[in-house]
Amino acid sequence: MAESSIEPAHIHAPPEGFIRKYVFSLDHKMIGKQYFGLALVAVFTGMILSWLMRIHMVWPAAKIPGLQFLSSAGAPGGVITPEYYLSLMTMHGTLMVFFVLTNAPFAAFGNFFLPIQIGAEDMAFPRFNMMSFWVTFTAWVVLMLAFFIPDGPPIAGWTSYAPLSAVGKDAGPGMQYGMSLWGLSIAIFCIGSLLGALNFIATTLDLRAKGMTLMRMPICTWAWFITSCIALLAFAVLLPACILLILDRHAGTSFYVPGGLVVSDRVQPHSGGSPLLWQHLFWFFGHPEVYIAILPSMGIISHILINSMRKPLLSSKVVIYSMMSIGFLSYMVWGHHMFLSGMNPMSALAFSFPTLTITIPATVLTLIWLGSLYGSNLQINSASLFALGFISMFVAGGVSGFFLAQPSIDIYLHATYFVVGHFHMVMGVASLFGVFAATYFWFPKMSGRMMNETLGKLHFWITFVGTYCIFMPFHYLGLIGNVRRYQSFVDDFMAPYIGWHKFITICALITGAAQFIFLYNLIHSRFKGKPASDNPWNATTLEWTIPSPPPWNNFGDKHPIVYHDPFQYGVKGSKGDYVMQDSPEQVVPASGD
Amino acid sequence: MGKLLAIVLVIIALASAYPIVTHMFVPPVDISTHGHAIDEQLKDTMFEAGVSFVAAQLVLAFFVWSFTGRKAGSPLKNFPGGARVMVIAAFLLVGTEILALGILGQKAWATVYFAPPKPDAIQIQAQAEQFAFYFRYPGADGKFGTIHPDKIDEGNQNYFGLDPANEVEARDDIVSGELVVPVNREIQLLMHAKDVGHSFYVRELRIQQDFVPGLDLSVHFTATQIGKYEIVCTQLCGLGHYNMKAYLNVVSEADYEKWLKDQAAQ
Repeated sequence: MAESSIEPAHIHAPPEGFIRKYVFSLDHKMIGKQYFGLALVAVFTGMILSWLMRIHMVWPAAKIPGLQFLSSAGAPGGVITPEYYLSLMTMHGTLMVFFVLTNAPFAAFGNFFLPIQIGAEDMAFPRFNMMSFWVTFTAWVVLMLAFFIPDGPPIAGWTSYAPLSAVGKDAGPGMQYGMSLWGLSIAIFCIGSLLGALNFIATTLDLRAKGMTLMRMPICTWAWFITSCIALLAFAVLLPACILLILDRHAGTSFYVPGGLVVSDRVQPHSGGSPLLWQHLFWFFGHPEVYIAILPSMGIISHILINSMRKPLLSSKVVIYSMMSIGFLSYMVWGHHMFLSGMNPMSALAFSFPTLTITIPATVLTLIWLGSLYGSNLQINSASLFALGFISMFVAGGVSGFFLAQPSIDIYLHATYFVVGHFHMVMGVASLFGVFAATYFWFPKMSGRMMNETLGKLHFWITFVGTYCIFMPFHYLGLIGNVRRYQSFVDDFMAPYIGWHKFITICALITGAAQFIFLYNLIHSRFKGKPASDNPWNATTLEWTIPSPPPWNNFGDKHPIVYHDPFQYGVKGSKGDYVMQDSPEQVVPASGD
Repeated sequence: MGKLLAIVLVIIALASAYPIVTHMFVPPVDISTHGHAIDEQLKDTMFEAGVSFVAAQLVLAFFVWSFTGRKAGSPLKNFPGGARVMVIAAFLLVGTEILALGILGQKAWATVYFAPPKPDAIQIQAQAEQFAFYFRYPGADGKFGTIHPDKIDEGNQNYFGLDPANEVEARDDIVSGELVVPVNREIQLLMHAKDVGHSFYVRELRIQQDFVPGLDLSVHFTATQIGKYEIVCTQLCGLGHYNMKAYLNVVSEADYEKWLKDQAAQ
């Protein structure tokens, strides 16, 4: 913020030409849209993979027309083989966790709105920012290549446990080149995410407009900031973990592989490594990753709810501090993924307590959201429906976490559908509800056009009810001991429950199909939507003070000055019941408050 | 639309609770001495989590119902007590839950993992491999022969890589594809992974434990009911993972002795 004679790095000339404007753009808004586009491609790919898995599970003989062209070995005649099921599962998980849940709520919306919300012209390092996206894009290309190589995608799951992932082609189909592509892709992804996280942190700390103190930042800006701090530490551990995996696979090292293993009748040329090392490194990243996925959505839905309720939350500060404590605690809980991994049973207790404790800030957040609804003038639209849906989903997925945090219960529920239901609901769908809410809310600003509300609401209803129909039964099936990662239900006791799996598959097909309504709405509104005003939601934060869509340098030649806390709703302002952050007018509380 | 959301939320809360309340989905009958504690813990957690889930959904529904579609300009109100009440409530409610479940519940974990097996526990070695389990009994001498990875020969059924020609201990080892154990006797299962990570899961026994290559792990349990139960692998181990299973056969003490004799005679 201090004036200096050297031109600050974040000031750049307006883009000229197609390439600089749409491809190698330095503009954080275009980069945000690029991340969004990549996440969109990844989420539909991931969703179709989940359809294939669900169909194969309940109708194993089903022919999927055209699938044989993708993999003649994996799906001869369009019928999925057991090993191809594991390939689909691995790619589904990897795409969703990395390229959707990390990219969409954090990188896409954070890139577009964090600089504007703090009154900056761009990110602190626009070239790094461009690089983050293109590095991430490269990671996606490398991962997708696995579909098109002869041995196909890996079959080790998105967690890629060693030694299965480390011993090469002896471990099965897809484990030669497919697995190497996976390791390389994730290592590249880590680099992109690290650059992005650094940029977010520098931007937040250095480029805030005059008057924009830290506590005057909107809650979602805070969420993106806290998330970038988590991402910086988490990806910094996953990157070396992947490098060690690549070394084990190709350089003959033995970080993860002990001696004396006989895989596919071959004594493996390794000795001295530990499979637990991979698990520790992976989950040291893996658990904070859950919060990288959901914290931005917590911020986003807080932001949108406040606007829809026309009143601030009971306390923004408490929300921010709760998110910080979640971020902090997220580093002490990774071992709860490893209760049964053979690590010292004492450590299960040490990991169980912080895990249970994380429920406290999560409950504070939920109670604040619920309590803030009381006495509000809640406006219902597609964005607020998804925000309210997020709360419902977060509670549902949160309470099931309470089971798994206890090592004694984990003995029974570990590796069952209970776990699958739990993390899909809280990390998957709840986070995506935040993304949907954000899309409906900010699309007018991003594109200059409104989205269709009727289609938006239809999308919400099918997705909301459909999600419960899919993932609640997952929990129930977990209770009877239904094991996850099975392509077929061969266990004797599963016979009476196949009907439930069929029900889930049908719900998944319907709920997935509803996502095409969203896609249609997105594309149609982009070109044919009603033109949006600068501030269609009567909102208060800085992004609504500038044109829709914003000019390349956000605020033109003006430098916004901030006078207020971000959420001055329910007041007597010159424009109505709100006062914008950059308005010098005094805030007069409305009567009756 | 707000009212509709409220109604849907109530339906979701009640419909989600229904299969739990009516016991449509319950774990199979416990056949272990320690499982009771786990089941109790599961029940207590289900009660507390279930009540929290339903209550939160109903409160959400009630507030959405009450505060949507109000007349324009309706006065805003704040929840009595504000954020302070929420923070205190969260600490009290969840704090109590953590103390109740977290601390008391460790007993169930401790019975499985902290208490050492009794000295007279029967030692059986379990080997997990792609995609089968094999079990080894030490035989009359009470000693296991050493595992030689280079001598493993599946074709000749030498799953453990034993060397009976040169090792006396290996000669009477009994190898079986089925885990046969006497009822009401403590079993210590010594776990060995031949190739990659696997896991040992018997729902009725309330036991699940990973096989980790390179680590000597063990679990111990006492089965209390005669019968046959599925042992399944729960750690993704490759393309045949879904089909990797064996059976636990709990038999009477007499049948166990007879089975050992029959196996030794082979």
